[in-house]
Formats: sequence, C-alpha cells, structure tokens
Amino acid sequence: MAPLSWDLQLLNVCAALLLLLAFAMLSQRRIVTLVDLLALQGAVLCVATALVAWRTGKSHLYLSALLTLGLKVLFLPWLLRRLIRRLDVYWDTEPMANIGGTMLLGLLIVIFAFGLAQPISALANTSTKSTIGIAVAVTLLAFLTMITRKKAMSQIVGFLSMENGLFFAAMSATYGMPMVVELGVALDVLVAMLVLGVFFFQIRERFESLDLHHFESLKEEK
Amino acid sequence: MNVIALLTQGLEIIVAVAAAPLFLGWINQCRAWLQNRSAPSVLQPYRTIQKLFNKDAVIAANSSALFRVAPYIVFGAMTLAAAIIPSMGTRLPFTAAADAIALVGLLATARVFMALAAMDSGTAFGTLGARREMMVGFLAEPALLMVIFVASLISATTSLPAISEHLTTEAIGLYPSLAFTAVAFTMVLLAENGRIPIDNPATHLELTMIHEAMLLEYSARHLALMEWAAALKLFNYACIGFALFLPWGIAAGAAAPNALLLAIPVLAVKLVLAGSGLALIETVSAKLRVFRAPEFLATAFLFAVLGLLVHLLLGA
Repeated sequence: MAPLSWDLQLLNVCAALLLLLAFAMLSQRRIVTLVDLLALQGAVLCVATALVAWRTGKSHLYLSALLTLGLKVLFLPWLLRRLIRRLDVYWDTEPMANIGGTMLLGLLIVIFAFGLAQPISALANTSTKSTIGIAVAVTLLAFLTMITRKKAMSQIVGFLSMENGLFFAAMSATYGMPMVVELGVALDVLVAMLVLGVFFFQIRERFESLDLHHFESLKEEK
Repeated sequence: MNVIALLTQGLEIIVAVAAAPLFLGWINQCRAWLQNRSAPSVLQPYRTIQKLFNKDAVIAANSSALFRVAPYIVFGAMTLAAAIIPSMGTRLPFTAAADAIALVGLLATARVFMALAAMDSGTAFGTLGARREMMVGFLAEPALLMVIFVASLISATTSLPAISEHLTTEAIGLYPSLAFTAVAFTMVLLAENGRIPIDNPATHLELTMIHEAMLLEYSARHLALMEWAAALKLFNYACIGFALFLPWGIAAGAAAPNALLLAIPVLAVKLVLAGSGLALIETVSAKLRVFRAPEFLATAFLFAVLGLLVHLLLGA
C-alpha cells in the first residue's frame, strides 16, 4: 500500500477516534461521563478541522476549528455540567438493558453507513474523501444513541454528537460548509441548548423526573 | 529446511516451556509490588510445579480415562501452539503446517478438553467452571479471529511468521486499525487467561471462579501439568501479541545465528514490559460480575471489527 503523508495519517487517526467515541457514547451508562465524551469528541473534531485547514490552506476552516473549540469543547459541556449540577442528576445512570445488542446493531449501522458513503466518496474530489463513511457512521450512531435513551439529558448529548458528525461529514466531503451556514448552525445549536435547558426544569417540575417515557402517558391523565 | 531453522524451532519450544512459569512469577511479583505487599520469589511457580510432581495423584473414583489424559492433551496443545508462534525467529519449519486460524483452533481444542475433563468427575463446581469457561470462550474466539483477520488483511497472509515479517519490513506508519485491534487483543488475552476483569487468578475457592473451578478435582502431576499449561497459554498469548503488534527485534527471514541470539534478550525485554503492563491493568481494574463478561467481550469484538472496518475504509 502506498504510504500516506503524515497529516493524512493523523487525520485518519482522528476519524477512527471519532468513531470510537461514538461507540463509547452508545455504551456509556453514566450521564456525566457522557458529557465528558462529548467534549472529547469536540476536541478531536477541532484537531481534525485544524489539520484539514493546515493541509488545504483554507483560512475559514481555522475559524470553524476555533468555533468548535469554543462552543463544543468548552461552552456546551460547561453548560451541560452546570445543568446536571442544578438539576441534581449528577449520579444518574441510564438503565440500559442490552448494551451488547445495541453495540452489535451499531456495527451493522457502521457497515450500512460505509456502503452508503461509497458513491459519495467516489464523487468527492477532496483528499479527505475516505473519511466520509466514518462521518456518516458517527451521525447515525449518535442518532441511535438518541433512540435508545430515555433520559432527556442523554438525548441532548446524542443530538449534539449528531451535529458533530454532520460537521465532520461536511468537512470531509467539501472542506466545510460556507462560513455563513456554519455560523448559523452553531447559533441554532446554542439557542436550542439554552431553550432546552429551561425546558428541562419545566419537564422536571411537571413529572418530577427527566425520564421522557412519562410523555407517553400524557393523554390518559386527568 | 536447514539446520538453523530447526535450531530456531527447537529453541522456541524450549524457551516457551521453560520460561512460561517465570513469566507468571514476574506478573505476580509486579502485582505484589503494586499492591504494596511482599511478593513470593519469581521462581515460586517452578517450586509449585516441582512440589506437585512429587506428590501422589488422587483421582475421583467415578471419573473416566478422559480425566487422566486431558492434562497431557492440554499441555501438548499449548506446547504445539508455542511451536507455531514466531516469538524469536520467523523461519520456523512447523509453521508451514499451521497458520493463525489453525492456532486458534489448537487453543480451542485445549479449552474443550479442559471443560470436558472438568465435567467428567461430575462435581457441581467443575461443571459450573466448565460452563463459564465455554461462555467466555465462545465470546472471546470471534474477537481473537477478527484481530487476526485485520493483521492478515494488512499483510495479505494468515501465516503468523509472514505477518510479523511484513510488519517489521513495512515503513512505520500510524495504523488506527492495528491500534484498535491491539486493544481488542489485550481484552481477549485478559479474558482467555482468567485474568482480573473476568476471573481472579489469585483466589482459590470462590463462587465466581472459572479457571480454578475446572481444576478442583485435579491433584499432583495432573494439576502440575494443568498449571504449567495455563502459564504456557499466557506466555503464548503474549507472544501472539508481540508477533502481531510489536514484531520488531525478531530474527526475520533467513536469519543468521547472531540475529537469533539478539532476539532472545529482545523477547525478554518485551515480556518484562508486557508482564508489568498486565499487572498494572489487573491492579487498577475490578473484577466484573460474571453476567457482565459478555459485555466486556462484546466490546473486544467491537474493537476488532472496528479495526477491520477502519482498515477497509481508510486502508490504514
């Protein structure tokens, strides 16, 4: 096999780490650790973005790496931790029945995502095109994380992780979205987080729990 | 087939059989240091084996011949496995007959006979241990095979010496796939050898034991062989790990005798480091409940398959 240049090798390592972290989130029971993993995923994404920026010389990618660092590594995890403290769910764990089964399902999803991304990779003309499959897989795995969780907090973490995956997909397919779109998405995520933070308190006041399956019994009450 | 190749082959078997208890003793020494207690001498496993060989064997009245031959089969399988793992040189005449998949089969043969012998005398503990061992085995085996497949894909062969030869000659690069599979392999090693997250090697007579439960009915020379085979199994696993992930320093190709002489201290250094690393892992982790073992091994399998997928996608 032809030896790759070191920056591309490092990028591949970053992509592999993102995939690994997605699986770690899928199998993590403790909510605080889930937030730590999210911050770590953001950090890896930031490194990957900076690497692509260095490789292609596109200055707006440096900006989005900075944005990732500020928003996804520092601010959002801080906000989530603060929420966890104030909601007093620090020691909460998610009762998950079958982690092994979920992970095997995750593996199938990864294979599906790799197959799905193959035609896209064939069309893309970026040097990072081989990582598109991983980006799609990370997005779908985050989606699976959201589906398998019942607690509102871990669903939010899944949502943010999905955004990470989408961001990485855009970066590997086309070297990132236009700056305006990226800023818009970042703002959206931020506002969504702030609104949901308020929402959590309302949910807990109403149901005395953050477990979302209480929503299902809403109609039968009264 | 020349004289040096035969010499290498003989040396590998002798070193493996002779040094396996020492490796076990070294791990126990490291564990004792980390746990702040004074350790038995590193030669303790040899003393135990010698003591057991000098005793009279007691065999359960209702056990069959299988019970008596099993230790010899298990020990033989492990010795044969040691012969086809390239721990020092890659020109091994025996490896033409068996590749890495056959090696996994050989290890499985030993496991099956051990479990059958444990069930043979009909005690509750033996059956319990055998069932648990088979549960761990059937989960660990696919993970081990996946690990071997990744290394095989990278070097386009399933022969272990050829894999290590390929990896030593290849320019050093970052292989995310190999990193994943190395983690998976470590987890399989811990599970297969009854080390701490799955089984506690230091306890005897505990309800959660796996390996010890299977050996409860054995005594004297049979027990000595079983213990020796267990040490040899650990040694073999360590050497498989070196062959796949740290092949540097072994005498590759049609090696001169001096390369072979150099390979012995290199192997010793690797074993010392691996032993202390293993002791560290065992000290910082807690034993899992038996029902959590499938989760642990599913994670190992996941790591190995991720390695495979990452290799297929990124080619690295």
